[in-house]
Amino acid sequence: MQITITVNGSAFTGEVEPRLLLIHFLRDQLGLTGSHWGCDTSNCGACVVWLDETPVKSCTVLTAMTDGRRVLTVEGMERDGRLDPVQEGFARCHGLQCGFCTPGMMLTARWLLDHNPDPSPEEIREALSGQVCRCTGYENIVRSVRWAAQQQGGDGRGGHRLAPGEAQ
Amino acid sequence: MTAAPERNGAYGPMRRKEDARFVRGRGTFVDDIQLPGMLHGAILRSPMAHARIVAVDTTAAEAHPRVEAVITGQALTELGLAWMPTISRDAQSVLATDKVRFQGQEVAFVVAHDRYSARDALELIQVEYEALPVVADAQRALEAGAPVIRDDLPGKASNHIFDWEAGDKTATDAVFAAADVVVGQDMLYPRSHPAPLETCGIVADADPVSGRLTLWSTSQAPHAHRTVYALVVGLPEHKIRVVSPDIGGGFGNKAPIYPGYICAIVGSMKTGRPVKWVEDRSENLMSTAFARDYHMHGEIAATADGKVLGLRARVLADHGAFNATAQPTKFPAGFFHIFTGSYDLRAAHCEVTAVYTNKAPGGVAYSCSFRITEAVYLVERMMDILARELGMDPAELRMKNLLRPEQFPYTCPTGWQYDSGDYPRALAMAMDIAGYDELRREQAAKRERGEYMGIGISFFTEGVGAGPRAHMDILGLGMADGASLRVHPTGTAVLGVSCQTQGQGHETTFAQIVAGELGISPDDVEVVHGDTDRTPFGLGTYGSRSTPVSGAATAMAARKVRERARIVASAMLEVSPDDLEWADGKWRVRGDPEKATGIAEIAMAAHSSLELPAGVEGHLDSEAVYNPPNLTFPFGAYICVTDVDPGTGQVTVRRFIAVDDCGVQINPMIVEGQVHRGLADGVGMALMQVIAFDADGNCLGGSFMDYLLPTSVECPSWELGETVTPSPHHPIGAKGIGESATVGSPPAIVNSVMDALAPFGVRHADMPLTPANVWSAIQGRRLRTDLAVT
Repeated sequence: MQITITVNGSAFTGEVEPRLLLIHFLRDQLGLTGSHWGCDTSNCGACVVWLDETPVKSCTVLTAMTDGRRVLTVEGMERDGRLDPVQEGFARCHGLQCGFCTPGMMLTARWLLDHNPDPSPEEIREALSGQVCRCTGYENIVRSVRWAAQQQGGDGRGGHRLAPGEAQ
Repeated sequence: MTAAPERNGAYGPMRRKEDARFVRGRGTFVDDIQLPGMLHGAILRSPMAHARIVAVDTTAAEAHPRVEAVITGQALTELGLAWMPTISRDAQSVLATDKVRFQGQEVAFVVAHDRYSARDALELIQVEYEALPVVADAQRALEAGAPVIRDDLPGKASNHIFDWEAGDKTATDAVFAAADVVVGQDMLYPRSHPAPLETCGIVADADPVSGRLTLWSTSQAPHAHRTVYALVVGLPEHKIRVVSPDIGGGFGNKAPIYPGYICAIVGSMKTGRPVKWVEDRSENLMSTAFARDYHMHGEIAATADGKVLGLRARVLADHGAFNATAQPTKFPAGFFHIFTGSYDLRAAHCEVTAVYTNKAPGGVAYSCSFRITEAVYLVERMMDILARELGMDPAELRMKNLLRPEQFPYTCPTGWQYDSGDYPRALAMAMDIAGYDELRREQAAKRERGEYMGIGISFFTEGVGAGPRAHMDILGLGMADGASLRVHPTGTAVLGVSCQTQGQGHETTFAQIVAGELGISPDDVEVVHGDTDRTPFGLGTYGSRSTPVSGAATAMAARKVRERARIVASAMLEVSPDDLEWADGKWRVRGDPEKATGIAEIAMAAHSSLELPAGVEGHLDSEAVYNPPNLTFPFGAYICVTDVDPGTGQVTVRRFIAVDDCGVQINPMIVEGQVHRGLADGVGMALMQVIAFDADGNCLGGSFMDYLLPTSVECPSWELGETVTPSPHHPIGAKGIGESATVGSPPAIVNSVMDALAPFGVRHADMPLTPANVWSAIQGRRLRTDLAVT
């Protein structure tokens, strides 16, 4: 079937199999390999991307469902050569080790800070509780998100949330 | 070489070099690799745990328009590849020919144009099975009349694999006979799975023209894998290149060679095109290297006033359908016999019997330090059980029996020589951070109110960095590691190491080691790893051996560079090499320290037309191989505070205090991260995780919906402390840290929960302490957690 979706600001129009999972479309067809495939069952969150304004687990989203919608992946977080404060926080606070869960964690963290600019450690843990990291024991992920929140001066808008109607 | 570490300016917290790519989503994991013309493989797996294969019909699959090849056990037999050797020198089926022996075993391999078509074609393969009786319970594997799983082995009439023992039985019996107090306990360290977030996979590219075989694979040991591939596949070793790109966590799961790798190689050879095979999560959990599955009986002997005298253990080890555990050859039960732990006792003896069952093969994984997890769990549970028997505080009992600093180097009753330690200091620090006495007062007050909190302690001694090659080899390969160091004319360096990072930050830590030895910036050192064409031979990364072995090789290679540089510097400064001393990162003239030259200037001179004295040919490059004289012995004291809801059995880890000592720390930020990881492992193992089976051998832990991993809400904010007791025999005084917390944390959590449940008379319950399990224990019922979790 034919779809048109906008990924990281670039439009894609083409044929996809109706059963094609979004994670495989992003990775295998668009070559955006920053999002990872970890569990098949929506438990691990290594595949989290934004669909329009919301983090979703792309291993359980059909590409066909994204027709006419916008997707943001880790490759779209850096803007004009500047890292999102969340990316910067993860690097500064040792919020990652193997790097496999990191893109999904960062995208959820970005969403959290957009909605709660000054989250407590408990709120950060709650927001990330649908995702799994096998390396960090989570402590440094919490520190990373806190660092990003502080860096943004608590306004939560240091990132680049796609505003409705933003130029593609 | 000096053993005493000096203060080293290059050491300290430093942002990781590898993170620049990871935070941008630009890592390169195996599944990210796309080659022109690449095909995709998928494995058909057995739905049954034990069955004879009557017929395999691949006709329909082969007719699928997008399928290029279908490979069966029969086809592999013709190539001599239907079976492969395991690390324990058993044979493992690549694709089943005669029987299937565990649920999820590999039966056929499809090569297709894309991953979905490959999966479609699996559905078209018809396999006729004849069901056989199943051995799912290790405790019944040796019963008379038990079905024989390995009837492929000539003369095999039972499921027995080996008996092994260590220690002095006679002396131990004598100590027990004379002791005031003897207590025993059965305990299970249940089967768990390392579950790295990236599953295992490979891209195999066999070039029919050059005869080269290039393998991008999730390997913790690329050099050892290359040798094994050469032996298994029969290709000359110089024609094989193994590349481990970025690895999404390993924890021992990526140490073995799996049937899927061999199938992908055969698929590539057969089609002449690259073949990618990446397993899904269920395949990972159901078929690849599991951990533990040790059924243990411990006994401890002591005087009435709490002096521990002796320890005994009998273990029934469930190795699954093929003996594929990974450990040095001489030690079929790994390093379990370090089970006397951190205590000064007179005698110890352990016996291990291993059996086959209709379960997946493996056994040594999940950061277990070659079975030291099981050993530490046993002794630390026994110490708590003894404390309760004696009516002593468990901290007091440990303090009374810990090895004292003056006893090091200490030879334990089973022969290990611990290199260095100050144990009472670490325990005192943990108790101080925890506010131990105040916690006990809080606990007493809460018990009055019918609230149940527990305080659990564990003290562990690890043995990591295998190992002395006279005693330790894997498949005949001595456990040494190499490092090569190239120094460019401008003084920047490229280090090649044989170990392989899976997230541990080697690109940063090893650059810091070189920088510290050569007086240059870590930014000027590029670390190459995970490519057998570009790095020297070595056994790889598992058992916390990277810093103890490869880190040592790195320091030795850098010191060779430094010694060459000294000769060049002597020509530059026109003095004798003996008149030079290394200080503050430069060679300096003794008595005239301002007259000095550093590595960058020396490197340029070494490449220049400067006439060089005897002993140096030009350039500063060097290679080193490090043969560890001994293991390194990190240690730690952990305290866990839990709250238990007696109505639901729910356990909450409220606090976790961890004091670790891994000798000299190169990058404390990375060390801290390693500890955090292992503590989370402990929460998972103690409270959530088990790969259980039903009576038919169905795996009950085959997805993350059933095999539970700790998330951010189950983990507390870790409270860390550290002491630094350098290893006297390691070139930079470092010890391993990668597995300490995984080894040390589960007994602290279980001890804490058992402490909370003491008012109910509960002395022991097996992991995982799920709400159902804890609730049952409170009701006086003990669950077998390995057969089914109810």
